[in-house]
Amino acid sequence: MSQTSSGPAILVEGLTKSFGDVHALRGIDLVVPRGTVLGVLGPNGAGKTTAVRILTTLLQPDKGKALVEGRDVVRQAAAVRRLIGLSGQSAAIQEELTGRENLEIIGRLYHLSKPDARARAVDLLEQFDLADAADRHAKNYSGGMQRRLDLAASLVGRPKVLFLDEPTTGLDPRSRLGMWDIIRSLVAGGSTLLLTTQYLDEADELADEIVVIDHGLVIAAGTAEELKSRVGGDVLEFSVPDRNAISDSVAAIARVGEGEPHADKETGIVSVGVGGRGSDALVDAVRSLDAAGVQTKGLALRRPSLDDVFLALTGHAAEEEEQRAKRGRSRRKRSGDDPADSDHAGNHTSKDAS
Amino acid sequence: MTATVVTPTAVPDSPSPLVRGRWAVSDTLTITYRNLLVWLRVPAYIVFTVIQPVIFVLMFRYVFGGAIHVAVKGGYVNFLMPGIIAQTAAFATFGTAISLAQELKKGVIDRLKSMPMARSAVLAGRLVADTMRMTVTILIVIGVGYAVGFRFENGVIPAILMVALGIFLGVSICMISAFTGLAIGDEESVQAFGLIWLFPVTFLSSAFVPISTMPGWLQAFANNQPVTYVVDTMRSLAIGGPIEASLWKSLVWLVGILVVFGPLAVRAYKRAS
Repeated sequence: MSQTSSGPAILVEGLTKSFGDVHALRGIDLVVPRGTVLGVLGPNGAGKTTAVRILTTLLQPDKGKALVEGRDVVRQAAAVRRLIGLSGQSAAIQEELTGRENLEIIGRLYHLSKPDARARAVDLLEQFDLADAADRHAKNYSGGMQRRLDLAASLVGRPKVLFLDEPTTGLDPRSRLGMWDIIRSLVAGGSTLLLTTQYLDEADELADEIVVIDHGLVIAAGTAEELKSRVGGDVLEFSVPDRNAISDSVAAIARVGEGEPHADKETGIVSVGVGGRGSDALVDAVRSLDAAGVQTKGLALRRPSLDDVFLALTGHAAEEEEQRAKRGRSRRKRSGDDPADSDHAGNHTSKDAS
Repeated sequence: MTATVVTPTAVPDSPSPLVRGRWAVSDTLTITYRNLLVWLRVPAYIVFTVIQPVIFVLMFRYVFGGAIHVAVKGGYVNFLMPGIIAQTAAFATFGTAISLAQELKKGVIDRLKSMPMARSAVLAGRLVADTMRMTVTILIVIGVGYAVGFRFENGVIPAILMVALGIFLGVSICMISAFTGLAIGDEESVQAFGLIWLFPVTFLSSAFVPISTMPGWLQAFANNQPVTYVVDTMRSLAIGGPIEASLWKSLVWLVGILVVFGPLAVRAYKRAS
């Protein structure tokens, strides 16, 4: 029988990995308790996929420790492989084969007997709403169906720990919502899940705990609520139709906000955290924008999203990252402080925002 | 947390070598089955592996054949067929490289590597399936050859040995292809230039024309390269003639290719991502 192991489903300590000069991971720590969902959030190139590849035994770390269900991913790789399921960024299915054939073959490779592999395939096709398409070639599936089949394939071996690397990347909004429902139902079944995503709403929606990774480091960790509280309460947001007036508007609201305003020059959207000052800040903002003679649209207060969190933590939006990465990696170093320890009473200003 | 955890399949952490050996075989068979199924499903693969050599047979037999004079029993078609069979075996390995590059890009290889299956099975299953595919293709090509006048003139056993040597050539090149596909890892690149060297290597040999008709500098290459050794041996096995010298050189080359590219392919598979 297998050894008894208690402790978290995933434990990572000081994991580093470099590819030549590129430091994909620069010492990350993760703890994922059993039966919970960890959302690993970060832009492209942050190191999310590298972490997943190490945890799923596809890649060896340079330094550090990684345990899955108490097994070392390097020294007990074979044991780890029996406990995990992986669904990567693209649908890793054989398009020339039918959905049923894909799953049966995976079942056989998990060393299920032929009848068991067949039965498992039927169950999963049913569960993932693919029963009607079971005998069609996967090539003719929609993108959403292919991803569902891929996810089903990762569950054939009844994994205790499931790794989903950007499960909804490239899906249309409707398929994305469908995928979320499926992931939620898996979690309800008690699986431990590590999910990477660049979509902040996705982590918000699905994860119990979130770690934010940027340039190979964990720069923040906590629940979605805890992370949002780091932004410093509510966010004031408006758009400026005249792009030339953006800098004026930023200057005008700089005194109103707590922390520096952020302006997106492409969309003309300007936002600033206003802490707990709520409607007072709104009134102040209207006055000073008016005084500055800036025309605005849709001025409103809203609860912070994880987009704001990312902005507050890194000083740039998640989506801008790719362009930034191309310009070179001249970024300040940051340490990963743990917001879970901080008292997020009221409206502390995020000093990281600069 | 005090829960006692049972692995999902209730298999011990380290299965015995016996169990692992059994899995290595069954996993290889499963992958073989999968690959053959894919082959049957994709018309393009069948076209490339079967129709293409058939067109070559017909073209060389009826278009170029008349201009090529050889002094062998049965005429040019008997000279041609061993060469076509060797080329068929070599070109069949395009599929090996392209499939592996495809699987790598789509993440299929990642998935398989993250599963508790035998790690050797993906390459082994690929090799077994592609060898079967190659064998079927060669038999079809021989059938077409017979229809256009080719005859084995040297008995049944040499004929079987000729086919076997052709397959051995294919298996060796299969290793180069597997390595190429995994190392390049991009289907389009593999298709465009990954195996382009196969054209000169097969054409600048004794496969289609007598080497004595080539210019001197080219003869120097053509006379001393493995495809020529293999084709000369196959031709002698098919229609009679001396085999000793070319057979040994063929075997040394083919084994050498396996010894070099087998481990390279395995290493590329382990590193592939």
